[in-house]
Amino acid sequence: MSEPVATNQTILVVGGGISGMTAALEAAECGKQVILVEKSPSVGGRVSQLYKYFPKMCFPTCGLEINLRRLKANRNIRLLTMAEVTRLEGEPGDYTATVRIRPRYVNENCTACGACAEAVEAEFDDEFHFGLKKRKGAYLPFTMAYPQRYVLDPRILGTEDAERAKAACKYGAIDLDMQEQTVELKVGAVVWATGWKPYDAARIQPYGYDRFKNVITSVELERIMDPNGPTGGRLVRPSDGKEAKNIAFIQCAGSRDRNHLKHCSRICCMASLKQATYLREKFGDEGKATIYYIDIRAIDRIEDFYARVKADPNVSFIKSKVASITEDRATGDVILHGVDTEGYHRYSNRHDLCVLAIGMEPSVPADQFPTELVVDENGFIQRDPANGAIFAAGCSEDALDVNRAVQSGTAAALKAIQVVNRVAGTEG
Amino acid sequence: MSDLNAQMLERYRNNFLEEVEANVEEGEWVKMCMQCGVCSGSCPLGPYWEHPPQEIFMMIRAGKRDEVLKSESMWMCTSCYNCIVRCPRGLPITHIMHGLAHYAERLGLAPKQNPTRRFALMFWDNIAKYGRVNEALLSLKLYFMDGFSTGIKRALEMAPVGLGLFKAKRFNPMALIAHKGCKGKKDLQKILAKAREIELAKAAKFGG
Repeated sequence: MSEPVATNQTILVVGGGISGMTAALEAAECGKQVILVEKSPSVGGRVSQLYKYFPKMCFPTCGLEINLRRLKANRNIRLLTMAEVTRLEGEPGDYTATVRIRPRYVNENCTACGACAEAVEAEFDDEFHFGLKKRKGAYLPFTMAYPQRYVLDPRILGTEDAERAKAACKYGAIDLDMQEQTVELKVGAVVWATGWKPYDAARIQPYGYDRFKNVITSVELERIMDPNGPTGGRLVRPSDGKEAKNIAFIQCAGSRDRNHLKHCSRICCMASLKQATYLREKFGDEGKATIYYIDIRAIDRIEDFYARVKADPNVSFIKSKVASITEDRATGDVILHGVDTEGYHRYSNRHDLCVLAIGMEPSVPADQFPTELVVDENGFIQRDPANGAIFAAGCSEDALDVNRAVQSGTAAALKAIQVVNRVAGTEG
Repeated sequence: MSDLNAQMLERYRNNFLEEVEANVEEGEWVKMCMQCGVCSGSCPLGPYWEHPPQEIFMMIRAGKRDEVLKSESMWMCTSCYNCIVRCPRGLPITHIMHGLAHYAERLGLAPKQNPTRRFALMFWDNIAKYGRVNEALLSLKLYFMDGFSTGIKRALEMAPVGLGLFKAKRFNPMALIAHKGCKGKKDLQKILAKAREIELAKAAKFGG
């Protein structure tokens, strides 16, 4: 790979999710030079892992596709995948970023024909599907991946599988000698958009995520709904493959809790309301959703979505933070225990499946940024002059939904453009 | 201000919450409860409470002074701390329950026949007198709490345990006759009397 050329007028965007892509595209479409760095083998981020997104209930295949087309068409963006920023030094208008690029072992000749995946035997947990499914040692990260190019899992290197993959490729795309590279980039401004990760559900001990098969997280449910997902899009529960027609949703699983994440993750209420509609989509009148909540925070413009879901007689709401979950070993059903706030009734309710509306925490822990950044107590990057020309976008800045993440990405791009314009002014 | 306004203001003025904040241990936390209900659901004795903790917090905020202070509910708390561990807002619920029970007792509103209350008083009298618990006397009093015949029955039931403790030198029946207690018992009693005086003066401000 040739070393990307960059100057003090270049904008570095870290993270190729919806916020980073937006920031990169907005800046590039204004004529600025942009380098987009993404850690995984494909751009798309968390949005690509959704089945549908609220409030319009469209598929990411559509919304993301628009951005991918813009990305492919734009000559001002250089995309580095499997790359991480390991060091970032300097000041506004003059930063040096050290980027480590992991080897993909597949070069530009790849046509994504899939012959290598067929030849390889080793299987690993599929990260894209949160390990609910296996993938081969040579794989395409997901159907819509961009670049549309296969990846070799480094764990098959040095095994017969690596040779089998190489032999199967008709285009000479597999290069087993590819090495890790480290490059230094000069940039004028940085947009930091490393996004979020789901909170570790196993740490919410009373809910038994690590003990009961039929307790899953909201992000896992998105994968189960995906036609290309672990169940082929059938809404079934993990323990026995039975159709999950009676689903409990637990809100604030990890959020608004001093024992876990202090902040409100903001998307989870809407996510559960959205997922409640999946039941009607799959089972019609037979699907029943029960949402256990402290209070529903369907923010401003999407309140009407809440009203619509609430009007569905098959969706019920119980005002109570569930105290604990037990499992009926004979059937695999989950039983939720607690006391509701509207009348203080003690309940033990049986459900086919329990979905934890899991909270969102910043992907990068506060002490692991490659440079010093001002973050709040929850690890989100602040708008602080001390951060110089490093601007947070999307969920690096706050817990945001897709719509707000895009706005945040655009805002960060505008701030970065101002910095490089100033540089251009002084450099003539 | 119109009469109606003044009436409404009076209606919504919450003296009881202020009273709890001033007099109950950790009472200033009551307003922090967000009514999620995880405490009530997590309480191992929960089904036996007339009003679970979450409801008690709401009753305090609704100014239901008599219902709360005369309730048996907070006397049910066994200090297992499950609620404190799980409370998303970190309320010291166990301490508040004990604080409420204590405050109700101080005002003479606590249910007289509640067994937890009776045992607590026995324990208190014992330790306040000696500065150190006289275990032999305390257990004897506990057995005979409900009359002579049940006392004999309970004492006989527990006799093997007592014998075992005696053999292991964990129990000294001589304490029934001569329990030393701590040094400076008189001073301790003075301190306790003064503390009670201060507490009652504080409570008196709220018409306690």
